[in-house]
Amino acid sequence: MKKLIYLSVICAIMAACGGGGSEPEKNPYAMEGGTPEAQAAANANPSYDPERGEGKFTKVDVAPTLDEKMAASGQKVYEVKCNSCHKLTGEKLVGPGWKDVTQRYKAEWIMNFVTNPDVMLDKDPKAQAQLELCLVRMPNQNVADEEARALYEFMRKNDGVK
Amino acid sequence: MKRLKYLSIIGATALVIGVNACKPKNAGNAVTGNAAAKAYVAPGKYDEFYNFISGGFSGQMSVYGLPSGRLLRVIPVFSVDPEKGWGYSEETKPMLTTSHGFVPWDDLHHTELSQTNGEIDGRWIFGNANNTPRVARIDLATFRTAEIIELPNSGGNHSSPFITENTEYVIAGTRFSVPPDDADGDIPINTYKKNFKGHISFISVGKEDGKMEIAFQLECPGVNFDLSHSGKGKSHGWFFFSCYNTEQANTLLEVNASQRDKDFIMAVNWKKAEEYVKAGKGKKQAVKYAHNVYNDKTHTATSEIKTEILVLNTKEFADICYFIPCPKSPHGCDVDPTGEYIVGSGKLAALIPVFSFDKIQKAIADKAFEGDFEGIPVIKYEAALYGEVKKPGLGPLHTEFDGKGNAFTSMFVSSEVVKWNIKDLKVVDRVPTYYSVGHLCVPGGDSRKPNPKYMIAYNKITKDRYLPTGPELAQSAQLFDISGEKMQLILDFPTIGEPHYAQAVSADLIKGKSIKFFKLEENTHQYVSKGEGTTKVVREGKTVHVYMTAIRSHLAPDNIEGIRMGDEVYFHITNLEQDWDVPHGFAIKGALNAELLIMPGETQTLKWVPDRVGISPMYCTDFCSALHQEMSGYVRVSPSGSNVPLLFSTGKNLPAEADGK
Repeated sequence: MKKLIYLSVICAIMAACGGGGSEPEKNPYAMEGGTPEAQAAANANPSYDPERGEGKFTKVDVAPTLDEKMAASGQKVYEVKCNSCHKLTGEKLVGPGWKDVTQRYKAEWIMNFVTNPDVMLDKDPKAQAQLELCLVRMPNQNVADEEARALYEFMRKNDGVK
Repeated sequence: MKRLKYLSIIGATALVIGVNACKPKNAGNAVTGNAAAKAYVAPGKYDEFYNFISGGFSGQMSVYGLPSGRLLRVIPVFSVDPEKGWGYSEETKPMLTTSHGFVPWDDLHHTELSQTNGEIDGRWIFGNANNTPRVARIDLATFRTAEIIELPNSGGNHSSPFITENTEYVIAGTRFSVPPDDADGDIPINTYKKNFKGHISFISVGKEDGKMEIAFQLECPGVNFDLSHSGKGKSHGWFFFSCYNTEQANTLLEVNASQRDKDFIMAVNWKKAEEYVKAGKGKKQAVKYAHNVYNDKTHTATSEIKTEILVLNTKEFADICYFIPCPKSPHGCDVDPTGEYIVGSGKLAALIPVFSFDKIQKAIADKAFEGDFEGIPVIKYEAALYGEVKKPGLGPLHTEFDGKGNAFTSMFVSSEVVKWNIKDLKVVDRVPTYYSVGHLCVPGGDSRKPNPKYMIAYNKITKDRYLPTGPELAQSAQLFDISGEKMQLILDFPTIGEPHYAQAVSADLIKGKSIKFFKLEENTHQYVSKGEGTTKVVREGKTVHVYMTAIRSHLAPDNIEGIRMGDEVYFHITNLEQDWDVPHGFAIKGALNAELLIMPGETQTLKWVPDRVGISPMYCTDFCSALHQEMSGYVRVSPSGSNVPLLFSTGKNLPAEADGK
């Protein structure tokens, strides 16, 4: 809370000093005004790592071989929360197909994106590039941390990891 | 010169305002000073209080923010609500089922928040159906009606739904006495005195789950039980009801029920009644009543008809009920936060009697009775009376408390609220209302711990308060700042239906518990589709079940063929979203049964009976994303007996056929 208040004070000062009535540069994909969380995240971390994304996952340990059990539970999550919009091939449905998704993004980025989509869509260049193609903001499906990890393992399986 | 003229205009205006201030009947001039600032809640900021207001003849309950007076939600309770599919979706239809069948519209008069130790606990709020007697429990995590129970032996369920201080019971007294349900009711109406009885229901409330059961009923003499309130603190264990029509008239009550100088407050020792029930003294009676429960996991309501009830005839027990004379057709019956003072408001009286719980106890012990009424002892007026507020105004109706020793009583006839001191019974302040105030509400104002920052007056007549909208006008509520000694009007706001009783509570007690969506993994609806992979269309004879999902922004399946005339089609739609504020809607052309609105993680069902051969479009009715307009599909209806195969798909475009079928 304190941080939020602090931020809003900064925002107020910025707005007051803006001069000439020119608005601060707006993210064209942001939800109106951006969520408070998004604003906080955008401001809190100046050294944004676009390879990692924004969220709670900073380092994910990935074994060279597949964890079959984890992949299976990831598939279950996929079938309930993801497959309405994502195919397992490269074909775009509502969102991009998942083929080779683990080649395109790091585990941390994927897991941050699926657990923290609103913030990522407001600031991450790669997420925004996809939004420009798909034009539907990926919904927050309230994917739990362990579900995100299992999903990543299922993506690896889909990409041929044995 | 010009300036002088200008000044004199100002002077004249001030004079006019000054003069008008003495005429409270002139709308709009009772507002002073900083009223706007006090009611202002900046955009994006939350209100400080929730205000739960009865919707009166609309049958619903509305939720307002205070002090802004902004409408936050209308909770459908006893009436169908097409906006939310309430009473239209297959899942919610059982909630409006009664022993008479499906009742689509009732009349909700009073709201009462659950309490623990006499303080509001923010778990549930109860409402009463006045016409076809029922009590509803609304869950304040979902802001939805969770349970409705019907009341046998009742008519005009008005002195309801008031609770005991730990929500042990919700109490519901009948306004219209009627012959008991198991008696032969095919009798002349003018046998009222002999055959009509007043029943009071004690509905137990589950400590954890809030589940309601009719624990027992008290059979009382045939009079009209108007309002009631629970004892608290020292008077916990007692309940007090106002009674009118002690003349026992059955026609032209306006005149015939206003004959006696005094009617009654009935004091009920419910702890004693509970003992008799436990000792097996109740009599089983054959009745019929519905008990409806909504389940947030199956997302489905069930309705059960129950057939038995336990009744104690109060005449047979000397120490359950006592009548206390109370002047002139009492309406409100309110107990102060200490539990010592019981205020009866005689609609036609020019005074407000205040009874003392201690004196009532002493009068009972001393048998200070003036006689009996239909076998129930009548305590002597002076033996129970603490004192009278003299000349408070005209037409006292209802009283709320501030916990600082003051009471606020609404005056219907003289259109004002009167603040008076309970101890010395002196009037402290009075303010006009616009117009003809009925109920009042102070946050926690009928509990042991009021939070007396505001008072809201719910008026019966609106007239010129808002822009005219034809013969039917918005109903009117008025917000007063009561933090000082003087009451200050700060805001008018319109309400739905007719506002009767209301409750208000600090938002902090409720807002944190409000759920944001239903978890898909907990959804056990019979026809849920957990993921698009499980969607399908199943034919069972002439019944077709469509297992459909909705997510931004498509329906699955969105192409359905093989439906035939004569089919009954059930669209079971699961909203796959798992985020706050992403409902999807569903509508199909020609549906005679409204539409659906489906919350994230929820499954809801629309029944559709196609009435013509052809293509029927269906779509999402709640704007959900940039591609909301694309969220649509088609159903093909073929003639009865057609052999078009049952097909369903999403995103599998069959090659377009250039000619023919």
